[in-house]
Amino acid sequence: MSIFVDAETRVVYQGLTGSQGRYYGLLNRDYGTRVVAGTNPRKAGTDVDGIPVFATVAEAVAETGATASCVFIPAAGVHGAVIEAAEGGVEFIVAITEGVPAHDEAHFYNRLRRDYPHVRLLGPNCPGIISPGQCNIGITAGHIALPGGPVGIVSRSGTLTYQALYELREKGIGCTTCVGIGGDPVPGTSFIDCLEAFEADPDTKAVMMIGEIGGSAEEEAAEFIATRMTKPISAYVAGVTAPPGKKMGHAGAIVSGGKGTAAAKMDALRAAGVRVGLNPTEAGELMADIVAGL
Amino acid sequence: MDLFEYQGKQFFAQYGMPVSAGEVALTVDEAVDAAERLGTPVMVKAQVHTGGRGKAGGIKFAATLDDVRTHASDILGLDIRGHVVGRVWIEKASDIADEYYASFTLDRSAKKHLGMLSAEGGVEIETVAVENPDAIAKVWVDPVDGLDEATARDWVMAANLPEAAVEGTVDVLLKLYMAYVDGDADLVEVNPLILTPEGRIHVLDAKVTLDANSVFRHEDYEAYDETQARDERETAAHARGLQYVGLDGSVGVIANGAGLAMSTVDVVNQVGGSPANFLDIGGGANAEVMAGALEVINNDPAVRSIFINIFGGITRGEEVANGIVGALERVAIDAPIVIRLDGTNADEGRTILEPHLSDALQMAPTMLDAARRAVELAEGREV
Repeated sequence: MSIFVDAETRVVYQGLTGSQGRYYGLLNRDYGTRVVAGTNPRKAGTDVDGIPVFATVAEAVAETGATASCVFIPAAGVHGAVIEAAEGGVEFIVAITEGVPAHDEAHFYNRLRRDYPHVRLLGPNCPGIISPGQCNIGITAGHIALPGGPVGIVSRSGTLTYQALYELREKGIGCTTCVGIGGDPVPGTSFIDCLEAFEADPDTKAVMMIGEIGGSAEEEAAEFIATRMTKPISAYVAGVTAPPGKKMGHAGAIVSGGKGTAAAKMDALRAAGVRVGLNPTEAGELMADIVAGL
Repeated sequence: MDLFEYQGKQFFAQYGMPVSAGEVALTVDEAVDAAERLGTPVMVKAQVHTGGRGKAGGIKFAATLDDVRTHASDILGLDIRGHVVGRVWIEKASDIADEYYASFTLDRSAKKHLGMLSAEGGVEIETVAVENPDAIAKVWVDPVDGLDEATARDWVMAANLPEAAVEGTVDVLLKLYMAYVDGDADLVEVNPLILTPEGRIHVLDAKVTLDANSVFRHEDYEAYDETQARDERETAAHARGLQYVGLDGSVGVIANGAGLAMSTVDVVNQVGGSPANFLDIGGGANAEVMAGALEVINNDPAVRSIFINIFGGITRGEEVANGIVGALERVAIDAPIVIRLDGTNADEGRTILEPHLSDALQMAPTMLDAARRAVELAEGREV
């Protein structure tokens, strides 16, 4: 089992005809993802290496039965692309693009909540999602993830996600699903959404969580963990030594007004029973320890 | 992007908000000339990207042109919380009957816009929040709905503003929300928002932070980019399109990915060292990007060693290794380098680096090992 995506997920790539969309779309297909369509209103009727291109997501859904979309559209077009995907009838939208204005994110997040409550958005500014051996949507290098579980991963950071997958694979530990929720201020999918899904997934026996400075998503996750999670969790929070008022690469990674510090996040997670590592390697070792005791 | 007060006021004025007439001045003479045109009395206000200007002596009332000369020469060059004042804003002085606070920002938890209004203006809102939280009236605005007049009026009533201030404040709040949304701001703050003895509502200060991601639809924001507070290193990195934050230590840090870069800075600290910077070169790690990153680090005189931490994902280890080798051919590096290379085809990458290894270019198997080695090299001691 897995969460959000599996071997049956059929994906339309918005922006498949662009260089990034084509590169990752074909890589995802090589991995085994059912890449069924692309969209580009100016190139409808053509194909990308055999993948049919439609004018809109709605047409792609009607013709190919796509259930998910992956957005590789430049930042200025992401707002429109996300709404088009929801209107077009997919249930799951993965927005990879970085640099989307926060006001756009806040707007389409609330629009989806209101008008398309059954649609899940992941991202923007995220590496995507992989259920190893079944489906890989986004920019994760598929071969670094070992299929089969028992660990589920949820992370705000791209490279640290790869690092986590890699460390688990080196230890012979597989992963049910690895979700990169992204480092932006208004992520479509939160830690809590993923934790809730992992708690319900019978094949996921433990969860690894990677957070970073900024906002209060980790604190909110800690509260959820304390009251609702039965599965063991290891975690790492990046940015212990980040100076206040400076964005550390990600739009959402900023300590402001004394809020959003890594120390506070780690304390909250520890208080909720999470085993917190001081670096990614330590968090991986803690997870290996947890898995050994399952 | 943080705006200076005067830029914030010009920004607010575009949305019809009531601000004072004023001029920016870079020298004492310019300040006096500006005051002459505006007519005394005026305020002389330091323009810096930090708070606490008043307490630091950066805001002065000038009744005469002589006062303007005295205050401008005191304030220009003043160091306020590490920011040296390079420009002052000269504006017509206002009479104040009452002071309020108003702001909009994104509430990341609620995923809605948060408006805050308080009858206790002129002091830091953080202080009010701690000492008298009930004095702050909050409103959460769904971005899809926006802020309507009825909601704004209820909000002003909830903040217990005096009757005379209600209509003017409702009007300013609606315009402030428009500026916040239409201008793609992360934060708009007016503190104080004043009631004049004549009963007008007036914007006496402006704190505006704009979302750099929105520049594609605001061409005029490039002008703001030029006035950002950046040290020399940050300016050089920014020009190369690199994500760089200057720190105070001696270990230069280069990593691919923001999370990994943050983590690298953490690990250097953890083993007892001090990082000189945060630098994320993104996913690609080709020779050109790597060379640019090394140039920026190389120009930092505080750097004693460099820690390159790369995890290959889609970008394979041999591409990363070739990128590093290519960059080293282009840039003569002063400080010794420690590389940790892991992930996709890491072994192939390490094989490429092998013949280039020396005292000046070392390799370590893990992040922690590499951090220790880099700190040892930087501080000339075992860690």
